[in-house]
Amino acid sequence: MNALDDYKGQEPAWCPGCGNYAILQALKGALAGLGIKPHGVTIVSGIGQAAKLPHYMKCNTFNGLHGRALPPATGIRLANHEMPVIVVSGDGDCYGEGGNHLIHAIRRNIDVTLLVHDNQIYGLTKGQASPTTTQGVITKTQPFGANASELNPISLAIGLDCSFVARGYAADTVFLKSIMKDAINHKGFALVDILQPCVTFNKLNTYKWYTERVYRLDDSYNPYDRVGAFKLAVELSDKIPTGIIYINDKPAFEERISILKEVPLVRQGFSLKNALKELDKFF
Amino acid sequence: MDYTIVIGGEAGQGLQTIGSVLARLFSRMGYHVFSHQDYMSRVRGGHNYYQLRFGDIEISSSRQKAHILVALDLATIKLHKDGLEENGIIVYDAQLIKKTFTGPEYLNVPFDKIAIETGGDRIMSNTAAVGAVLGMLRLEITLLEEIIHENLKKKGSDMIDKNILVAKAGYNYAVNACSQCGFFPQIQDKNGHMLIDTSQAIGLGAVTSGCKFYCGYPMTPATAVMNYVASKAHEHSIVVEQTEDEISSINMALGASFAGVRAMTGSSGGGFALMAEGVSFAGMAELPVVITVSQRPGPATGLPTRTEQGDLLFVLHAGHGEFPRVVFAPGNPAQGIHLTNKAFDLAEKYQIPAFIVTDQYIADAQWTYDSIDTEDLVYTDYRLRAKEGDELESAYQRYNYSEGPVSPLAVPGISKRLVVVDSDEHDKDGHMIEDADTRVKMVQKRVLQKLSLIQQEIDPPLFYGSEKPDVVVTGWGSTYGIIKDAVMSLGKTYNIAMLHFSQIYPFPLTEKFDYLKILSEARTTICVENNATGQFAYLMRGETGYKFTHNINHFDGRPFLLEGLMGEINERVR
Ligand SMILES: Cc1ncc(C[n+]2csc(CCOP(=O)(O)OP(=O)(O)O)c2C)c(N)n1
Ligand SMILES: [Mg+2]
Repeated sequence: MNALDDYKGQEPAWCPGCGNYAILQALKGALAGLGIKPHGVTIVSGIGQAAKLPHYMKCNTFNGLHGRALPPATGIRLANHEMPVIVVSGDGDCYGEGGNHLIHAIRRNIDVTLLVHDNQIYGLTKGQASPTTTQGVITKTQPFGANASELNPISLAIGLDCSFVARGYAADTVFLKSIMKDAINHKGFALVDILQPCVTFNKLNTYKWYTERVYRLDDSYNPYDRVGAFKLAVELSDKIPTGIIYINDKPAFEERISILKEVPLVRQGFSLKNALKELDKFF
Repeated sequence: MDYTIVIGGEAGQGLQTIGSVLARLFSRMGYHVFSHQDYMSRVRGGHNYYQLRFGDIEISSSRQKAHILVALDLATIKLHKDGLEENGIIVYDAQLIKKTFTGPEYLNVPFDKIAIETGGDRIMSNTAAVGAVLGMLRLEITLLEEIIHENLKKKGSDMIDKNILVAKAGYNYAVNACSQCGFFPQIQDKNGHMLIDTSQAIGLGAVTSGCKFYCGYPMTPATAVMNYVASKAHEHSIVVEQTEDEISSINMALGASFAGVRAMTGSSGGGFALMAEGVSFAGMAELPVVITVSQRPGPATGLPTRTEQGDLLFVLHAGHGEFPRVVFAPGNPAQGIHLTNKAFDLAEKYQIPAFIVTDQYIADAQWTYDSIDTEDLVYTDYRLRAKEGDELESAYQRYNYSEGPVSPLAVPGISKRLVVVDSDEHDKDGHMIEDADTRVKMVQKRVLQKLSLIQQEIDPPLFYGSEKPDVVVTGWGSTYGIIKDAVMSLGKTYNIAMLHFSQIYPFPLTEKFDYLKILSEARTTICVENNATGQFAYLMRGETGYKFTHNINHFDGRPFLLEGLMGEINERVR
């Protein structure tokens, strides 16, 4: 039996050729490689084509609201910090609707792995501009071209001193799997922005377009140098680096909470008798 | 005996400290105390006051008239001197407010000078004021020393000693200077009382209900609940997190709840408005969560520090789509503890959002009790946790309804059960579906069948007063105390009773107690609400068809006071 069969879920309803298939495959491979069982992990998502992913595999699933994957992921980790929590989101879900939560999840440094399927478009709602859509691209709701400049999630995250920042490419599934493993293993908040071709609604950022530009960072690159990472992130170039772009090892949020030092919250008992002693303090 | 003290001044002058020390002092002396606060939305300046009533019988409202007015600024004298009782006294520091008043109702006590000369620092002038009030009442000062010890423990013995000297100096000054003071509170031989406000009571209710996760975003008057829970977080192992916004609050609480712990959040109307989509999600995913909504006058930012009962229908309907919920509105701190406990219990038992609705008045108001009965507080863990011999993961279905509408709620990550929840419509496994048949079955399970079970859990309204009344005064939530006091006083004149609703939704059935019969047999029925449109009266009519004969509605952002409400009831009855 193939090790990935353990994670087999419902049949995906994505378009044929969608970059999401490869991302799903890479994620199953990463979990299998790390020995994380389906019942030992929770995958949290919002709403979008990307966010349907947990239904297409076997895992504990929290498929919440559009843009709101990170807050419940934080709540889940705080309730049970022994269980790995992975968030699967889209560029609209995470950088648009849920942008504020991203900033603060990074600040908290909650030990959650965030995978953003960045297809530079709103897929589920049929092709409107997302925060990462290239300026000028024409859509049905932007018939004269998207006017806002595109968001750079990598430089945003480095600017916030995010403890792990990486970029992957769906079509380079082998490399993506290894980035995912590092991200899941990383203690603290990890963002992996994944270039994901949308074959139906994004006619600009195609497989061909990405493949011509994407390259792997090699061992000569030092991800611990924040200024270097920032330079790489903002450099105007025709090439798009993939791999781990920035790492800053620092204590995760859960580690800063003293009552979580030993036993996870969900395993801590409750004594009504003990709690009732609080009443005496009002005399 | 029944005395009222008002302490007025600018924000930042410490009138709240004076008020809260006096409240604790009287309650420890064995008196019953009721206090409420009236403050502006500013950190410095303006006009704020703290009103405190104490006596030898249970008190549950504030009165209009004061016996002692402690004026920390000139504005307080101007604004409150007409509200003075006959033989009432205004105590003030002429030097501080740069004006001297003559007349028997004025008592000049140099708070600042006493503080500087006796304690070496004018920071202690509030202690002088507390001492002076005690002196005016000719009450013992020993318990004040005890409270100074407790309050200043961290500041060291030098500060404690100095403050005690200042308190005594203020006390002696007032005893000597106020020959016209004619207050004679009977000394109580009872033990001290419990003194608690409703925000603390809700926080206490959370702690005693096994709440393990609280998150919120600051908003007056809701923050006090969070403050209390945060202060107990270490002792009782509760994770408390201030979120980036209220949208995050509700969703983070739902995440914690999903992962197996009891979770709570809260805000005022504006912040709660941001939670609406999350409330709806709790309904769809069947995730337990407790939410406090501490009302203040709206719409929008409204009057941030004032009071209103304007969000009842909003809380009842917040969130798109149809799903069950419970809505409770405590009328005092004791109800606050019990209803918070019941909210947690029902939220967990039926996997629904449960609401506790308060307002600024009741959130801040302090009451005293001999003790609060904790016999009926419950803690039942309804979750399906890991146990020996757990079946294989494939056997568990998050939304299975073969045993009734409430599906077993498993905890992810601690057994082999896979827990799948979804904001989309879903099948028994929790996976998204679109077919009509599954949709219909899920609505029947989640909405209709559950709702009829929950309805059985709701207790009837509280009935107080004449058994066969001609006049029935009805209210909900924060007006409990004031209506009760009004009905008690008017009981000498009329055949009158009170009907108070604190378990508001699902609307109480009449099987346990036929309140509709009482209403329909009365000549005059009055619905008292602190809002403009009569939201409870509207709900009553929608749920039962009953229309009150009269209404009393206030929407000035201020609480009802006893004399005023009695006057308005009189007008309606005549
Ligand atoms: C509150 C709310 N607003 C809007 C929507 C509609 N909506 C669903 S997904 C989506 C955008 C999805 O884009 P993205 O996150 O990039 O995911 P993709 O489909 O491209 O994978 C929108 C606007 C919604 N479900 N909820
Ligand atoms: Mg997208």
